[in-house]
Formats: sequence, structure tokens, C-alpha cells
Amino acid sequence: MSAPAIRTRALCKRYGGRAAVEGLNLEIRAGEVFGLLGPNGSGKTTTILMLLGLTEPSSGEVEVLGLDPRTHPISVKRQVGYLPDSVGFYDELSARENLRYTARLSGMPAQVVEERIASSLARMGLAQVADERVGTFSRGMRQRLGLAEILLRQPAIAILDEPTLGLDPQGANEFLDTVRGLREEGMTLLLSSHLLHQVQAICDRVGLFSRGRMVLEGTAEQLAREVLGAGAGVSAGLDEVYARYFKAAA
Amino acid sequence: MRRAAKREGSPWTGLGPVFAKELADQLTSVRMRVLEIIVLVAAVGAVYVAGQQLRATVSESPFAFLQLFTSAQDPLPSFVTFLGFFVPLIAISLGFDAVNGELNRRTLSRVLAQPIYRDALLAGKFLAALATLALLLLGLWLVTTGLGILALGIPPSGEEVARGLLFLLVTLVYAGIWLSLALLCSLLFRQPATSAMVSLGAWIFFTVLWPIFAEYLAQGIAGPAIMPEAQLRQAELATALARLDPGTLYAGAVQVLLHPSVRSLGPVFISQLERALIGAPLPLGQSVLLAWPQTVALLAGTSLLVAFAYVVFQRREIRA
Repeated sequence: MSAPAIRTRALCKRYGGRAAVEGLNLEIRAGEVFGLLGPNGSGKTTTILMLLGLTEPSSGEVEVLGLDPRTHPISVKRQVGYLPDSVGFYDELSARENLRYTARLSGMPAQVVEERIASSLARMGLAQVADERVGTFSRGMRQRLGLAEILLRQPAIAILDEPTLGLDPQGANEFLDTVRGLREEGMTLLLSSHLLHQVQAICDRVGLFSRGRMVLEGTAEQLAREVLGAGAGVSAGLDEVYARYFKAAA
Repeated sequence: MRRAAKREGSPWTGLGPVFAKELADQLTSVRMRVLEIIVLVAAVGAVYVAGQQLRATVSESPFAFLQLFTSAQDPLPSFVTFLGFFVPLIAISLGFDAVNGELNRRTLSRVLAQPIYRDALLAGKFLAALATLALLLLGLWLVTTGLGILALGIPPSGEEVARGLLFLLVTLVYAGIWLSLALLCSLLFRQPATSAMVSLGAWIFFTVLWPIFAEYLAQGIAGPAIMPEAQLRQAELATALARLDPGTLYAGAVQVLLHPSVRSLGPVFISQLERALIGAPLPLGQSVLLAWPQTVALLAGTSLLVAFAYVVFQRREIRA
């Protein structure tokens, strides 16, 4: 068994008196797809920001590929791709130019940049619009461009924050297919969502977030059995778990 | 919390790409085009009018080219006055949305998730805006000098060129302080409009209100000035207070550099002028020495503002 790709111990983040994330112990194995599931404001994005060093934990420990993002931010960021929730691009630049900027920032060797940009745009179905201004792109196209950026960098871990938010059902399904493809290539994936069926469709394991705590963790079946009782069986959907759990907590 | 004693890698990784992108953005922006046109028209107008006036007396003055920049003719102010007015505006307009603009376009978190330090982003933006200003000023100086050659019919002397370039350098330093203020505001305020208003507010405060305040404050602190010593003390205090305004510092430095006959920026006693050749020009080195404190003060102000911006930005949570 290899070392975990991501591990946090007793991770906390407080804003003033309010705890956004509290006592989080998360362990994500290399090569798995892990879903952070929970309603808005339950601490999913804050957790992601701490993994990337975009915000400082109040206490606790974070390790990404065995490194602390606080002391080794560059090594961590070199191996982690991030697709922020409602990702933004420079509207006045073309898709290709946007990716070129990222490639140069990440220090990619100049001789492979153009080739990799072309192939990642083609893979996301953006080859036709590669030289059009991103300002004319739809929400779905921007999201695919965000994923193209991750393909371009070929990181060991990809963190996707609410990647299907605002996509139409077909767009979301296509998006999830690509994510599945990444997993088959051996990429570790962490994605957050409040949409159950999508998480259930592609995640190996799920962490259920509520008010800054991870209240449940396991495969969809494990969660179903734990919450709904032994009789529930494998067929029980995660949405029932979700509904029951949050009804009970409320 | 554990902290590494030394951070890994270079803080300048990524500086090149950020600088190149920002410079390209600045140079092609509509904002820049508009400013270029306004400044060019104003400056060329001022120099042209001054040239017409100086043409008559060009043979009498050893520094006709410098006078081209400093002499004003009603209703047009001089070239230097124009720059003193426009440079802060340009610097603010180049910097006020540097960081919050990226935050609002939601590109900041994506860029900072790349393997670079935040230093590179901030320094790249600052240097690109400064380079834009340097290009603009250099172009302006070349155009006005060329126009001067046409208007006066003589080429500038070596010393005039040297003084002119030093004047450009001091102008760039002056621009730097407003640029760093705008950059800091772009970090402190989320809305670009707020950041622009605060930067411009600071500029208006220093340009319009502070000279008046400095006068009254000096009177209030130094007490009634009846005796000559008290008057001197009050005048010195007023000058010191006025020098908290970057514009005053800049005007002082420029005055010394472009008027070789200026020998002091403070009060001078009659006794000190004994045997002095009034109106005789100072050598370049002496003028530079006289402008040095002003220039260093402007640089210090810029450094302070940039350092503060660094501190604010380093630990900032990037959620967008």
C-alpha cells in the first residue's frame, strides 16, 4: 500500500469565532476518486483551499503527497491541478493564450508547450475554438477549458471544486466521463459537489460534510448500510442517506 | 506551527511570464491609449508654446532646452507642471485594479494554484506597470526634445541631455510611489471602484489640502512668529510638513535638476550668499546632490508601500 495522496489530521479553520472546518481527519489514497459531499457552506471549499495553501489552517496538519503545503508550497502545487469553483479566464485572450500563460507559469519546457496545449484542447473538444476569445465561451466551455488546463499540466492529483455546477445534464455527463478517463490514467481525484447522483456515479469513496465536520466516510454502500440499517442493502441510493442524515441532524 | 527556516525554490519563478503578460496587457489596453493621447497633446502643446517664446532669447541662455520644459506661458502650464499632474493619474490608473481585478474575474486562484510564489505575481505586476510608464515617459521626452530642436534650432548640450534623463528617472520614481499606493489599494479593497476612489482621494488630499494644512499646522505647532528665529522655525517646520507630500518632494527634485542655478530648497541667509555668484549654474554633480534627499524620500515611500502590500498579500486567503 502506497502512502496516502492526501492526509489531514485534526485540521481546523476558524473565521473569528466560527469554525468553517473542525477536526478534519481525511485520508485519500493514491489513484482513487474521492467525493466531498455536503450542502453549501459545510466547509468543502475551505478544506480544498487549505490543501492548496491558498489559505492557512488555524490548527492541525496537512500533507499532500507527503509534503506540507505551508512549507513546500511549490512542490505541492507542481503536483496538484486545481479547478476552482466557477473558474475564470482572461476574457480578452484566446483559449490557447490562456493555457500558454499557465504553461509558462508552471515552468513547462518551451518545446513541448504548444503540442501539449493542442492535444489537451483537442481532448476536451475545444480544438475548433482554440483561437477564439474566451469572452465568447459558454459556461460549459469554460469548465472544459479548466479541465484542459489540468490535462496540460498532468498533475498527480486533481482537485475539482463543484465542477458540474451550472452545467446542463448532458454537459455534466460528458464532463464526468472525462473525469472517469483521468482516473483510468491513474490520477488521484478529489471533487466536491452537492449533487448526490454525480458523486455516486464516479466516486470510489465519499466524505459527507456538515457544518465543518466530516460526519460520515466510506463507499456509497457503506454509508447506506450505516445510516439506513443492515436491511437497506446495496440498492439504497446515497440520496436517501443524505436526506435521512440531514433530516436527523436538523 | 512548523515553519521551514528557508523557503524552497526561488520567489522569482514565474516573474518573467507575469511581467510579459502584464506588460502586453498594459500596452494594448484602451485605457493606455487614451492616456497616451491626452498626455501627448498636453505635453507637445506646452513645449511648442514654450519653444515659440524661447526662440527670441535662445542665444542668451546656456540652458535653453531645460527652459523648454519649465517655462510656462499663460494659459498653458509648463511641461513639468503637466507631468506632475498627469503622472500620478497614470500611475493610479495602471495599478488600481491589479489584484482585485483578477479576484473579480476569478482568475486569481487559478493563477496562484500554479507552482509560483505570490511574490512573483505582485512584483511582476508592479514592474510591468513601471516599465509601461518608463516607455511612455521616454517616448514623451524624445518627442518633446525633437520638437525642441525644431523650435529652437539648436541641439541640446550633453549636460542638458543628462539633466533631462535624470529628470525622467525622478519622474519614474515619483510615479512609483503612486503606483505602489494604487497596488496596495487593489489589495485592500475588493471593488476596483473603491480602490480607484481611495487612491485618487489620497492624491487630491496631498495635492490640494495638504499644503494648506501644512501651513496651519506649522503655525499652530511653532506658536506666534514675532521674533525672526521663531519665523525661521515656523518656515522650516512648514517646509518639513509640506515634504510629506510626494508632489512637493518631486517638485523640489525637478526644480533643482532643471534649473541649474537653484542652490537650495530651504531658506537661505544673506550671510550665506556672501561672495556667491547669484544665478551662476551649479555643476551637474552638485545639483544631483541637492536633489538626492528628495529622490531617496520618494524611493523610501515606495518601498514602504510595496512592503506593506507584500505583507497584506502573503497571508491573504484567495477564495474566488
